[in-house]
Amino acid sequence: MALFSAFQGFLAGIGASVLGMLRTTGALVLFAAQGLIHCILPPWYWRETLRQMLRIGYFSLPVVGLTALFTGAVLALQIYIGGSRFNAEGVVASIVAIGIVRELGPVLGGLMVAGRVSAAIAAELGTMRVTEQIDALTTLSTNPFKYLVAPRLIAGVLTLPILVAVADIIGVMGGFLVGVNRLNFNAGTYIANTVNFLEAGDILSGLYKAAVFGFIITLMGCYHGYHSGRGAQGVGAATTNAVVSASVLILAANYILTELFFST
Amino acid sequence: MTAKIALKDVHKSFGAKQVLSGVTLDIMPRESMVIIGGSGTGKSITIKSILGLVTPDKGEVWVDDTRADTVRGSRRDALLDKFGMLFQGGALFDSLTVWENVAFRLRRRMSVTDARDLAIVKLRRVGLGPENADLFPAELSGGMQKRVGLARAIADDPEIIFFDEPTTGLDPIMSDVINDLIREVVTEMGATALTITHDMTSVRRIADKVAMLHGGIIQWTGSVSDLETCGDPYVDQFINGRADGPIEALR
Repeated sequence: MALFSAFQGFLAGIGASVLGMLRTTGALVLFAAQGLIHCILPPWYWRETLRQMLRIGYFSLPVVGLTALFTGAVLALQIYIGGSRFNAEGVVASIVAIGIVRELGPVLGGLMVAGRVSAAIAAELGTMRVTEQIDALTTLSTNPFKYLVAPRLIAGVLTLPILVAVADIIGVMGGFLVGVNRLNFNAGTYIANTVNFLEAGDILSGLYKAAVFGFIITLMGCYHGYHSGRGAQGVGAATTNAVVSASVLILAANYILTELFFST
Repeated sequence: MTAKIALKDVHKSFGAKQVLSGVTLDIMPRESMVIIGGSGTGKSITIKSILGLVTPDKGEVWVDDTRADTVRGSRRDALLDKFGMLFQGGALFDSLTVWENVAFRLRRRMSVTDARDLAIVKLRRVGLGPENADLFPAELSGGMQKRVGLARAIADDPEIIFFDEPTTGLDPIMSDVINDLIREVVTEMGATALTITHDMTSVRRIADKVAMLHGGIIQWTGSVSDLETCGDPYVDQFINGRADGPIEALR
């Protein structure tokens, strides 16, 4: 009998966590749908959207730029080591370019922005929830989804591709600097190899990814902040959950998107 | 005369916790109603259910001739335009300056300069000079934040104003100033006011009528002048601040 009830408890535990996961997924999908509807339907708060674009995009430039610079530099060294094992050092330029543009630019850039931006959004909205500022918005006849969520989602989707485009250039430059100064490639040849082997599809696929990552980053920040628990602990948990879930979802979405671009 | 705000048998529970179990209350036009009751008795939930921030499980909420608890879309926006609310902590938007906070609602129907001018008029009404207009809320003291919150609540001349614990966290003198301001603006605007508080000084200063909320229902409601002599054991215990009585206090 005791064994039976223990087994029942075990099953109930599994059931509860599955139900909890489904509930969260459902709530998140509804939240995303509501956010998207408010992105499409007027009125739009352009001033607020521009402010968010500045915060999410412009102020993330240093961290994303540095990430790209060092990643490009490291990539050049590693590919040189690998390539030299079968006398293919010449591929460094093109592989650095493809690696940065298709994969590392959007993913590492996205992860860095996730750490910076989704945490900031979650903390801001969480504090607004705790201090009743979100309720105050409603009483001032302003839909919080329109005023808070939609501008951030729009800003995320629009600025991340621009940010990643800049990161791509800086990343390739990182490779170039190492290639020319450390590995003694000819500067002209390095640039020619980069340009000749890079296709428009490589760049575009990276930018599409960036737009999706921008959506994920801002959505996670907004969702966790909006549903933040009470007090400092609630806001802290919201911030952590936003960063963790945004990072994991970026990596998962990256696989799915790569698979999609791969087959076409 | 029909009530400006009418709550009919409003129930609300959170999980297993029943907060409101049949609140019925009428607030007449131009009346200043104060709901008193201990912490956690559902005073805030009552206000939030009128504003639609919380959806009641059962019962009806009427504002004029609109069902406030079920109205959606543009009719809800129109309904919310009738309200002004002073939140307990002020709930000022800390990314906006003082005048932008006060003019938040005005900005939708007037130019920046007009909205700013009107915001400064409203700030002066609550005793704040124009030099405060470009500060951020975080740069103000608690009492000043409360005044800005009050200016924001009255900025668009609402028909109904809610005050959530207006004197909590203020010193006695500042409390008195805020009480005076509330009484004055409500009277001069001809607004209907609903205040929730457990500060008895506040009650005596701003109330026309008082409702005692306890155990999820309105235990007593009547004129503020009858408060001392009503004979209701809940009211009697509350206004005299006694630990013994029908309201159980945790020790």
